[in-house]
Amino acid sequence: MGIENYIIAFLISWLSASIRMSTSIIFGTIGELYHEKVGVLNLGIEGQMIIGALVGFLVTKITGNNLWLGVVAGGISGSLISLILAFFAVSLGLNQHVTGLGLTFFCTGLSYFIYRIEIGFPKVHPTIESFSTISVPIFSKIPLLGSILFQQCSLVYVAFVIVALSSFILYRTSWGLRIRTVGENPTAADTAGINVFKVRYLSLIWGGFLIGLGGSFMSLAIFNSFIFGLTAGRGWICLALVVLGKWKPWSCMIAALFFGTIDAFQLRLQALNINLPYQLLLVLPYVATIIALILASKQAMSPASLLKPYRREE
Amino acid sequence: MKIALKRRSPLSWWGKILLPIGAILISVIFSSLLIIWAKGNVVEAWYYIFVGSLGSRFTFLETLIKMTPLIFTGLAASIAFKAKFWNIGAEGQLYAGAFAAAALGILPLNMPSYLHIPLILIGGFIAGGALAFLPGYLKVKYKVDEIVCTILLNYIVIYLLGALLDGPWRDLKSGWPHSPIIHESAKLPILASRSRFHLGVVLAFIAVAIVYVLMEKTIFGYQIKIIGSNPSAAYFGGIPLYRTIVLLSFISGGLAGLAGVCEVCAIQYYLVNDLSPGYGFFGIAVAMLANMNPIGVVFSAFYFAVIITGSQVMSRMTGVPIYLNEIIQGIALLSMVLMLLFDRYKVQIKL
Repeated sequence: MGIENYIIAFLISWLSASIRMSTSIIFGTIGELYHEKVGVLNLGIEGQMIIGALVGFLVTKITGNNLWLGVVAGGISGSLISLILAFFAVSLGLNQHVTGLGLTFFCTGLSYFIYRIEIGFPKVHPTIESFSTISVPIFSKIPLLGSILFQQCSLVYVAFVIVALSSFILYRTSWGLRIRTVGENPTAADTAGINVFKVRYLSLIWGGFLIGLGGSFMSLAIFNSFIFGLTAGRGWICLALVVLGKWKPWSCMIAALFFGTIDAFQLRLQALNINLPYQLLLVLPYVATIIALILASKQAMSPASLLKPYRREE
Repeated sequence: MKIALKRRSPLSWWGKILLPIGAILISVIFSSLLIIWAKGNVVEAWYYIFVGSLGSRFTFLETLIKMTPLIFTGLAASIAFKAKFWNIGAEGQLYAGAFAAAALGILPLNMPSYLHIPLILIGGFIAGGALAFLPGYLKVKYKVDEIVCTILLNYIVIYLLGALLDGPWRDLKSGWPHSPIIHESAKLPILASRSRFHLGVVLAFIAVAIVYVLMEKTIFGYQIKIIGSNPSAAYFGGIPLYRTIVLLSFISGGLAGLAGVCEVCAIQYYLVNDLSPGYGFFGIAVAMLANMNPIGVVFSAFYFAVIITGSQVMSRMTGVPIYLNEIIQGIALLSMVLMLLFDRYKVQIKL
């Protein structure tokens, strides 16, 4: 028993927290990916995650701690917001920047508004009983890695399954081909008989579901409560991570894990009570993201039709 | 249902004025539904919003005071958006300006007011400008997306100021996390008795005039418009893209910085972490509702000042959550972008 054990304990708690912190960001990043792959920038993501967190929390609370119902409801709320975005950006071809920002302000305000109506001004924020961890048989016995990767709550595993599934869908199925064609060249897609509007709508609804899910993960598995400002800009971070991940699911996941690791690191440091203002630690993930964006900027290749509305008439 | 859009020539000037009015009407109707949901009385709620912001000399002047930072951040957003430079960082730039104002205001410079105040205005402009210059530079030099960059800088600046206010700048007398109080010579003069109506309100109107001239009467303003409406024409037309974007981002951030200067030197007299109730973000809606027109910014800033001031009174009197004003901000953006469709298109809905 010595300093090694202490370091190992720190590493395990840090890295397993990294995975947990990354999960909602993985959902958000993959969700945003489905928007940008078909050519729609979703700046509503920050508000969408907040509304997912709120709806997930409220539904869980109302249904007597039914977490899965909460998660699904959080996802559906995300889909509904993306549906509004789809109507504005896909059907009407309106400015995606302004629509997205409007949606973020709207969702953020609406979430806090609903919280005040439904919960009021409690002295202590009401909490929910979160997911219990699931130890994957055999794998969780692997030294170190086992306790980091295979003793997590079920939604964490779902996130990784979604990444694998997305990579498969996008690059191995005809649906993925349609999505990518619409994102790269909508006119060619239309000529080839693909319904550009339908593909965009479906991709956005599914992406919105994942973003809402990522939000509900924050209230249901990280904070176990709905706290004002709980996303702290993590939705915006997802936008950066899609760029860092070069619009590919696995790379996006790695980018999200990178961010989650730094995020968990600053949280661990805060817990160690070292003599530094905690805000200096809070800044770390944001600074790291900007530096990463600068380093990655040279190879950034966004889908060709990103931000460009498609109108058949013209 | 099928929606068909037919291009047509842009609306005349009076048609353009109807667009923001339509957007305001939509946001009023929608927020009234939310007031009903919150079990508030709609008529009573709007009564308190208007009486609370315009009902007396004092509240009217308070609304003008709230309008001041909104004009600055609205101008900041409107010139940036005109060039499709999506500066979402006005909130952080406001705090950078506020930081410079507090730093220069605390220094024992022993200057007369007529030197100290201009020094602070220049310092605040440069601080806000520098913070926006960075994403501008990163965009043209490294193609880093300015939206993400400006948003992340908001968080960075606000956290760093928090560290400063909790640490070296903590006011020892009160123990509250705010900076020491600025010197008398740094305070903006009050222009009307029994109120907080200060010089900054006048400065905001001067800024509107300057930005109007800059955008409408100079080559720089013309270049900004070309970059925004047709980047490839700008490129082949020999417009110095690089220099124009960087300079534009600096001016945009500087204007937002002046909003912070006013809040420190005329309202709080020190720097605090909750200096701004989101003026930087409201600036986006102000600019959009004005359709990026500097003169229009005055009117839309006034509208949002009414909403911000009035909704505080409304919330206190009726119990409808204060977050209604953020929702109104969001709906105003959404409905304005919808209304702008009618500027260029004939919309036909076939059932």
